Amino acid sequence: MTRRQLWMRIIAHIDRQLLLGIGLLLLTSLLVLYSADNASWDRPLNQVRNIVVALAFMWLIANLPLHYLIRTAMPIYVLGMILLIGVALFGDISHGARRWLNLGVTTIQPSELMKIGVPMMMAWYFEKHEATLTLKNYFVAALLLVMPIALIARQPDLGTSLLITASGFYVLFLAGLSWRVIITLTVAALASAPVLWKMLHEYQRHRIMMLFDPSQDALGNGYHTIQASIAVGSGGIIGKGYLNGTQTHLDFLPERTTDFIFAVYSEEFGLIGNLFLLGLYAFVVWRGFIITSHASTYFTRLMAGSITLTFATYAFVNMGMVSGILPVVGVPLPLISYGGTSMLTLLLGFGMLMSIETHKKLVKT
Amino acid sequence: MMKPVEFKNHQREIFHFHLRLVVGIGFVSVLLAILLMRFFYLQVVRHNYYQTLSESNRISIVPIVPNRGLILDRNGEVLARNYSGYTLEINQTKTTDIEATVNELSKLVEITNKDRKRFKKLLAESHSFETLVIRNRLSDEEVARFAAQQYRFPAVEIKARLFRDYPFGAKTSHLIGYIGRINDTEVSQLEEDDLAANYRGSDYIGKTGLEQSYEGDLHGTTGIEQVEVDAGGRAVRMVSRSAPVSGNTLVLSIDVKLQEIAEQSFGNYRGALVAIDPNTGEVLAFVSKPGYDPNPFIDGIDTQSWDELNNSPDVPLNNRALRGQYPPGSTIKPFMALAGLNFHTRKPEQTINDPGVYYLPGSSRQYRDWRAGGHGSVNMFKAIQMSCDTYFYGLATELGIDNIANFLSRFGFGQKTGLDLEGETSGLLPSQEWKTKRYQQIWYPGDTVSVGIGQGYSLVTPMQLAFATATLANNGVAYKPHLVKEVQSPRSSENRSIATEPLFNLNIPAKDLDLVRRAMVAVTQPGGTAVYASLGAPYHIAGKTGTAQVVAMKQGEKYDAKKVDERLRDHAWFIAYAPAEKPQIALVVLAENGGHGGGTAAPIARKVLDYYLLGKVPKPLTEAEVRKAGGND
Repeated sequence: MTRRQLWMRIIAHIDRQLLLGIGLLLLTSLLVLYSADNASWDRPLNQVRNIVVALAFMWLIANLPLHYLIRTAMPIYVLGMILLIGVALFGDISHGARRWLNLGVTTIQPSELMKIGVPMMMAWYFEKHEATLTLKNYFVAALLLVMPIALIARQPDLGTSLLITASGFYVLFLAGLSWRVIITLTVAALASAPVLWKMLHEYQRHRIMMLFDPSQDALGNGYHTIQASIAVGSGGIIGKGYLNGTQTHLDFLPERTTDFIFAVYSEEFGLIGNLFLLGLYAFVVWRGFIITSHASTYFTRLMAGSITLTFATYAFVNMGMVSGILPVVGVPLPLISYGGTSMLTLLLGFGMLMSIETHKKLVKT
Repeated sequence: MMKPVEFKNHQREIFHFHLRLVVGIGFVSVLLAILLMRFFYLQVVRHNYYQTLSESNRISIVPIVPNRGLILDRNGEVLARNYSGYTLEINQTKTTDIEATVNELSKLVEITNKDRKRFKKLLAESHSFETLVIRNRLSDEEVARFAAQQYRFPAVEIKARLFRDYPFGAKTSHLIGYIGRINDTEVSQLEEDDLAANYRGSDYIGKTGLEQSYEGDLHGTTGIEQVEVDAGGRAVRMVSRSAPVSGNTLVLSIDVKLQEIAEQSFGNYRGALVAIDPNTGEVLAFVSKPGYDPNPFIDGIDTQSWDELNNSPDVPLNNRALRGQYPPGSTIKPFMALAGLNFHTRKPEQTINDPGVYYLPGSSRQYRDWRAGGHGSVNMFKAIQMSCDTYFYGLATELGIDNIANFLSRFGFGQKTGLDLEGETSGLLPSQEWKTKRYQQIWYPGDTVSVGIGQGYSLVTPMQLAFATATLANNGVAYKPHLVKEVQSPRSSENRSIATEPLFNLNIPAKDLDLVRRAMVAVTQPGGTAVYASLGAPYHIAGKTGTAQVVAMKQGEKYDAKKVDERLRDHAWFIAYAPAEKPQIALVVLAENGGHGGGTAAPIARKVLDYYLLGKVPKPLTEAEVRKAGGND
């Protein structure tokens, strides 16, 4: 095999457009991290390591033929459920929430696994019953969604449970859940909002209240929202310039390498920078939709659609939270925020998209 | 494998899916539009507003640190207070050469070597944006001198601050503890407990003692002031303010005069003293000797002084009363006697013959009585009065370790007493189960023999022994021991009393109690082991002496205090309560390496009792009187 053949073989299952979009976002991530970390290389270098590992997994998944992918749906889901129950029973408590499972060698956060596991399981289920879909099937699929959600919401991890709810809902929606049911559910949800409000944890309610009047708790929970809004707003049209964000460098911004990294970016690059970033996200999401529309089987269509829509939701929720239109729920900015776990989950998803795109010819025949 | 699906259906299905996909794209477009509108609003429409906030007129939120709560003794004597004073602080971000700044500064105000050392330590532990204290407690003259020259020192600021002060110093060090600068571990702990917001602006936190245990009460609630500041950082206008709420005042059950007398009575001995009101569980005196001056700890003690304290052979930093674990020695005998009566192992009038040595049946190993030649014919009363070892060797063997462990645990041995001070140790009440777990060895009959006289594996803390003595003094009805009597809130003037409900009642038969209590009174009467403890006292003292071995004697070897290194000499114990008929105070005295309980520990106890019951300090007994009075064990 010549070197060229080898190279062709390596990139055979990589979707170039998707990779381009992801790559630009990742470069942006390193750029912003350097500034957010007060011009230190510590976090950017760690992030490079996270990225390399996650890209390797993405490549691996992209090279997996679809029939392998679909076969893993059930085991991943079952494993995830077992781990979630494990967390509920034996999990470590950190910051008042029980999210981590200590396996002796390492600690894991099983809810991350379910971000992929839940939509996969549902898509698999729909594919199995493709020919004879009735309302009952939608009900069962919804049940597959609700069980892990209940466990994760209990931990409590509002951010993750909302995102998994979204990803599962997208599967139901794309699988053709009738509009009548969707509308009924929406009305029911609005009607039951007061009840749900009561079920939320004190701190979660607090965060939602902060949206309406952040100055009420200016030292505590409202602090994040106030300072982030100041950062974004003072950025203006062209921004304060790279490494010149005063909010960032005078220590006003909390969690500025993770959940609030968008405030750093926005302060330094302004509205123009925001448009560029939104453009990059839109490009990646657009490519995701294209891949979805090409997808050849029921399973891959549902999966690709759900991954794409969920990715868009992530980005929206984070930017919405930083700019003060959504409560602070602890969702990182996809592909930009510092952290290895969410990076891995996201790139695994993109690996699936690539696999769906590049293996379809084999399945079609 | 794909299922056979009709071609037409498949086509339709794809069509429907694409329809849904288009709705999805529409949905994402809406989200995108919402964000765009929001960014436009924040960054174009309201840009000026946020620009102002961020730069020229930044609203800064200034936390107002509340005054820390006071700590008072039961009579209102102040044990921990705040006073205002000036500090000189260096802002690290505003200077590049800290060393030069300090040198220049030392020409204006006195900066000692200790100050420099402490500052270096702070610098090493600090974050780069923190302001650090270089000098505390400036005199008015120094303040004036610096103020005139301030323009030369852009990085140095004078701040008025409240200082914590412990007027009784070493005398209450193990009780009150001290506060100190909040470290990284404490920061993450505060975040974990969701208290970080309330500690914004706070530099200090309770590190040990009551300052630590009652941190939640003492700290208070931080206030907030929102001020507009100009570009130079000067406050222009106050926007809003919520006042801080001072920390709660702790009123202790401690009588600090009593504490001082107890402390002085120890002379040069190391040790511990705990006095409890048996009727309420209130701790009246809580001494661990030697103490240390807690004041230098507040702003970070310099390394040299710290090393001296930490490496001293006297271990002044160890809270002996709460954490020191010693064999109880003969002070366990009254409790052993009650165990014997409880399980009907021995009748009160039953006598044994004490030849001065005890053998386990079928064994040649000697267990010696402290008095060579023994005490002759001894019943339970006399065994307590004269502290006859042989009697209790036999009693322990007959009871068996399971019964001993069971009964002694009712008095709280082997468990924390639940005193409201963090860091208590639980001592050791040995049992078969414990030995198997700890040493993977079975329990030998010989182990039980030593436990009978409070040696062997047994360990107690002075606090535990005091609790058990108070319970005995109160006829088996125990009250939870506590140092804080009342927590007073400055805002609501609500006072929270610490519970005085009985903890448990051991329901010991009156005749059992009567025997043991009479025997304990006899201990301080002629014929007992602590005669002079009650010499000339107008009230009756019930007591028991004890000696805790520091080094184990080999078979056939005889202990001779003069031959043994001072630090390896036996520890002296004395437990007591008085007046014996209606006890108002129960106490335990431990004098480390003090030799015999009767000779060293009992006189200390007597002084404390005299002050508490009669309100006077008796003139100290002379050496000759002590010798004449005799007393042993």
